[in-house]
Amino acid sequence: MEPGARRSCQSFYYQTPVIDLYLSRLPNSLMLAGVAMVFSLLIGIPSGILAAVRVGRFWDSAGKVFALLGLSLPSFWVGLVLILLFSVYLHWLPSSGAGTPLHLIMPAFALGWYFAAAHMRLTRSSMLDVLGSEYIKLARLKGLPEALVIAKHAFKNALIPVLTLAGINLVIMVNVAVVVETVFAWPGIGRLLYEGITFRDFPVVQGVVLLGGAMIVVVNLAIDILYAVIDPRIRLER
Amino acid sequence: MSAPADVITLPSPQSRSARRRAIRLGDIPIVPAAILIIIALVAIFADQLAPHDPEVGKLTARFKPPFWQSGGSTQYLLGTDQLGRDVLSRLIFGARVSMVVGIMAVIVAGVLGTALGILSGYLRGWVDQVIMRITDTWLALPALTFAIFLAAIVGPSMWNIVIILGVTYWTRYARVIRGEVLSLREREFVQLAIVAGCSKWTIMTRHILPNVINSATVLGSLMLGVVIITEATLSFLGVGVPPPQPAWGLMLSDGKQGLMVGYWWLTVFPGCCIMLMVLSANLLGDWLRVKLDPQLRQL
Repeated sequence: MEPGARRSCQSFYYQTPVIDLYLSRLPNSLMLAGVAMVFSLLIGIPSGILAAVRVGRFWDSAGKVFALLGLSLPSFWVGLVLILLFSVYLHWLPSSGAGTPLHLIMPAFALGWYFAAAHMRLTRSSMLDVLGSEYIKLARLKGLPEALVIAKHAFKNALIPVLTLAGINLVIMVNVAVVVETVFAWPGIGRLLYEGITFRDFPVVQGVVLLGGAMIVVVNLAIDILYAVIDPRIRLER
Repeated sequence: MSAPADVITLPSPQSRSARRRAIRLGDIPIVPAAILIIIALVAIFADQLAPHDPEVGKLTARFKPPFWQSGGSTQYLLGTDQLGRDVLSRLIFGARVSMVVGIMAVIVAGVLGTALGILSGYLRGWVDQVIMRITDTWLALPALTFAIFLAAIVGPSMWNIVIILGVTYWTRYARVIRGEVLSLREREFVQLAIVAGCSKWTIMTRHILPNVINSATVLGSLMLGVVIITEATLSFLGVGVPPPQPAWGLMLSDGKQGLMVGYWWLTVFPGCCIMLMVLSANLLGDWLRVKLDPQLRQL
């Protein structure tokens, strides 16, 4: 960026270019989003598979409740209740700030639950689609053990839409973390946005929103291109 | 954002039309419907129900715990906040804020999105191009961040929030409704209406609109939960409903200060209210989706 342009989008409060502020906070945000993503996938995918394999049974219902709660609870409230439980009453985890891995646990959970629910629902429906297809029937007719059918044949193919969603969600997580970062005083982009709002620091607010949009556009493009790489049936043509 | 991607078994066309006719009272999921109705009634009769003024407190009675804890009294059933305001009364009036903002925002988004979706799907050509490119641009911006951005610019007020949420979420309607209209406009009854000499306006309002109302309703019910959470988030961040008013998100943000000292009732009760309302809205929305439109899977 030209020096003039850098100066013109300076933060009123910090007196430094917004892009520098943004980049200095980005690693923290990515770390939080990364941990939350790993958590949401670790919970979402296995429970989604379990729910699809046992449709209508106990685990399916339990998964449904988990997903419904995840989609209905505001993440900042989950955060506040976690602080209340684990910091105020049990004194197990630090309530705010960053630094140690312990600081990551609660924000990552508060942020990740919603996405775990989304991933679980998608895994379940995509597993069900795949399990109904012809080649799964063939694999079963061949006499493969059920575990192998699910792990090798069904799981791999059911995973594609989930990973696509996860890619987009990672960017969304970085941008949606505003409230969670505010609750836990996590020094990320969301916190920067919140400070920008409270200090009426509009260049910062503007910059964070625009860069967030840019990030989503770029990642969407990358995923579209990756599609063509992964699936030879899709070609990028005019 | 994330699609509720539950699998719905698609019934055959015949049974589908049979099911569509057969919405009976007994089918309605009774608990979520009852919760929403109770919240709505509480919102309407807030003036009669609330034991205290929600915006004026007694500073001598700050941070009183709920009545079953030691130090609490039945005068303030769910305790008081940092200004000595009755939490129960604020929750009751907060229901009004959430209901009004939620429903109005969904209506604003729905009207805007449906109108633009029909225009773009029926007229095609440059109108379609313009509307859809705007929609794409809108969808690229993360909804929550965008709403915060707008709210920070126009300043906090309840009606501003309604408009901001409507403006933020109309694109989802526009996309879905346009898709429906694209297939509707090729159907025979539309072609016959053209032959009969109906104007474009008549076709869009009389023939297309009634056929997309179902989808718009389903979308609206699914959107209600998202909108209520977003409103609470904006209020929590201090760019939503302005302070003296009792919004649930605002109460949470006030309660945050008392959290470390163990004033749990300021945090737990408003959160439970939000959860109950959003959960009920989502459950009803899922049910409506299955009932009204089995094809609306990818929302």
